[in-house]
Amino acid sequence: MADRDPAEGRIEVWKTYKLYIGGAFPRTESGRTYVVSAADGTPLANACRASRKDVRDAVRAARSASGGWAGRTAMNRGQILYRVAELMEGRRAQFVEDVAQAEGLSAGKAGAAVDRAIDRWVWYAGWADKIAQVLGSSNPVAGPYFNFTIPEPTGVVGIVAPETSSLLGLVSRLAPALVGGSVAVVATSEARPLPAITLAEVLATSDVPGGVVNILTGLKAELAPAMAAHDDIDAIDAWGVPEALRREVELAAAENVKRVARRPKGVADARFDWLDDRAAERPEWIAAFLEMKTVWHPIGV
Amino acid sequence: MTSDGKAIRPWSGPKGPAGWGLGDGQAIPWEYAPAPESRDIAKIRPQYGLFIGGREVPSSDGATFTSVDPSTEQPLAQLARATTADADRAVRAARRAQSRTWGRLHPRERAKYLFRIARILQERSREFAVLESIDSGKPIKESRDVDVPLAAAHFWYYAGWADKLEYAFPGRNARPLGVVAQIIPWNFPLLMLAWKIAPALAAGNTVVLKPASTTPLTALLFAEVCRQARLPGGVVNIVTGPGEIGMHLVTHPDVDKVAFTGSTSVGKLIQKGIAGTDKALTLELGGKAANIVFEDAALDQAVEGVINGIYFNQGEVCCAGSRLLVQESIAGPFIDKLKARLLTIRVGDPLDKNTDVGAINSRAQLEKITELVAAGTAEGAEIYQPPCDLPDRGFFFRPTLFTNVALSHRIAREEIFGPVLAVLTFRTPDEAIEKANNTEYGLSAGVWTEKGSRILAMVSRLKAGVVWANTFNKFDPTSPFGGYKESGFGREGGMHGLHAYVSLEDR
Repeated sequence: MADRDPAEGRIEVWKTYKLYIGGAFPRTESGRTYVVSAADGTPLANACRASRKDVRDAVRAARSASGGWAGRTAMNRGQILYRVAELMEGRRAQFVEDVAQAEGLSAGKAGAAVDRAIDRWVWYAGWADKIAQVLGSSNPVAGPYFNFTIPEPTGVVGIVAPETSSLLGLVSRLAPALVGGSVAVVATSEARPLPAITLAEVLATSDVPGGVVNILTGLKAELAPAMAAHDDIDAIDAWGVPEALRREVELAAAENVKRVARRPKGVADARFDWLDDRAAERPEWIAAFLEMKTVWHPIGV
Repeated sequence: MTSDGKAIRPWSGPKGPAGWGLGDGQAIPWEYAPAPESRDIAKIRPQYGLFIGGREVPSSDGATFTSVDPSTEQPLAQLARATTADADRAVRAARRAQSRTWGRLHPRERAKYLFRIARILQERSREFAVLESIDSGKPIKESRDVDVPLAAAHFWYYAGWADKLEYAFPGRNARPLGVVAQIIPWNFPLLMLAWKIAPALAAGNTVVLKPASTTPLTALLFAEVCRQARLPGGVVNIVTGPGEIGMHLVTHPDVDKVAFTGSTSVGKLIQKGIAGTDKALTLELGGKAANIVFEDAALDQAVEGVINGIYFNQGEVCCAGSRLLVQESIAGPFIDKLKARLLTIRVGDPLDKNTDVGAINSRAQLEKITELVAAGTAEGAEIYQPPCDLPDRGFFFRPTLFTNVALSHRIAREEIFGPVLAVLTFRTPDEAIEKANNTEYGLSAGVWTEKGSRILAMVSRLKAGVVWANTFNKFDPTSPFGGYKESGFGREGGMHGLHAYVSLEDR
């Protein structure tokens, strides 16, 4: 949003930042916005301040997309996630600029975060047709039965995104939910929401079906409790829930027995190193949004 | 009369099956128009070299051999005939690449190269499919819908493993074995290449691959894909030439692992060739699979499965369901259904999109099939072949079905590797198991019944590495494939397929 000298001759066309729901880019139904600033305090944009009703719309879109996404073959889901990486690579410069502004990073450091975000899509894409092989089992029960256990997606996941790492943190939490076959309603970083909207533009032009990822910007104090209390959300990723809201969010989540994926004990969001592959590439983050199904079948002539 | 008032031309072809609403044995009232896939997309060069160290080079003595289009018997191209010096050079290039580039590359970057290769195979899939059908004789609908997509899928699947080996082998360090020599057959040239190269590269090995002499063209097009993907030179090396070159690679002192798909007789030579060395070995050899049909099976589905099981890829499939074991109570009607279905199989131009059975891969293979079929008749089995026309030129063979087959007949014991089905019967599940397992092979088997518990009981008693239940000839990169007994050892595909290409060390 940096202004040029009008005398230079050309006035930039600024982007309106909107929500991403069901594959479309609506404004918030509430008509509210909040000012988003760069790390150095420069105002960047008026972001949508999504409401409880926007959460409701996003959940509806997610639920409608859930069956189709879960029903894709694992390989197909993997290819679609990989495609997101391909498209991000093509818009790398824009992401680097977005992340540098939002997080106050040098171009070099922002570039490293964007590169890692792209590679992280690839890493999780590769899990699509492997997670069942690693987490599933055939179980040698003591009787004439063929018994096996397979993972299935949990369903609709509410993701309260990391607050500090606007893009890499979000991708690192979103990709594992998607690759397992769940769909997502995301509350972005509150203070640094713009890279997530650029990601939404990538998702919208990738092969990810509309509704599989829905992205809301706004105040976490409004969005996180609304997501936690929504009966049609099956699990909540509480990584980015502010400490002060944690108990309230988890209490609400218990009402329909949501699975709650907490930030690991002793890990502070602001200090977590998302560039550390060993820390941020974890199959158990996929497992957090999987249900295990065990099947018994008799053996006999 | 047709809608435009013309009289329907009398059909001189075979009679239609009963139950088609046409009356029993009435003529099939239609013909297929030719539907040829264009050959233009596959650019065949007059001459091909070896692919060593990332570059195309001629053989050291300049010798060449010819690859022939099996559907026309016309020469397609001249191929470099590798010498032992060329094979040594390829092993050196592979060793250098393993120790200097590929083995040291971060697994994440290895993964990205393999994803690139998968993508390029997808992008150029039709080109590969047409070239494969021209070079091997297999129907375009099979190369287009099976071979090439599965080949790309294998690279895709193993790409994802490259940086996840710690999850495939928890608690151990999975290290590459080093330089791998891979020898592949002519029945699925590109697919076998993918089965071999993808897991080897994912685990950090480099390879020297020798394609079959009758089907080298897609392997050499794959070399171009490697260059397009900017794969470091020497990671993949492809040498074309006779079997002796394969044996030279097998016994080469700087080769750490050998992977072979082909006949059991050559497999035994290879196993002997590495005896007393530290080389690792996996063998995927012949088969004589039993397709077992119980009286309660969904018979029409079973007919399709049995037909697909033996006539897919002209029956040139190691896991082909070449022995039908049908329960005696339904044998008569089931065989009638099979014969009726055989009438509708279209044999001919591999590039015609309606062709079901294409050309036999080579004259030598055609002669082998012919000889075994003659033995079947001589030993007293009853032959049935649909009265279809075969092209005047090229290596074609009629889909063939034998009844009154005894387990001792050659056609029930030897791998024919052609479109020839031997039908036997059984009364009880025990008898089916006894007959199915009565072979030195143990690659695959099929079971057809609507009763799930019976499927699983049969599965637990069949000595075969893959058992298909109410389906047949299904393949997927996530699914391990390989044999029991003299069908070989080791598995390709799935997590187990990685095992063949790593050395597990303590952490």
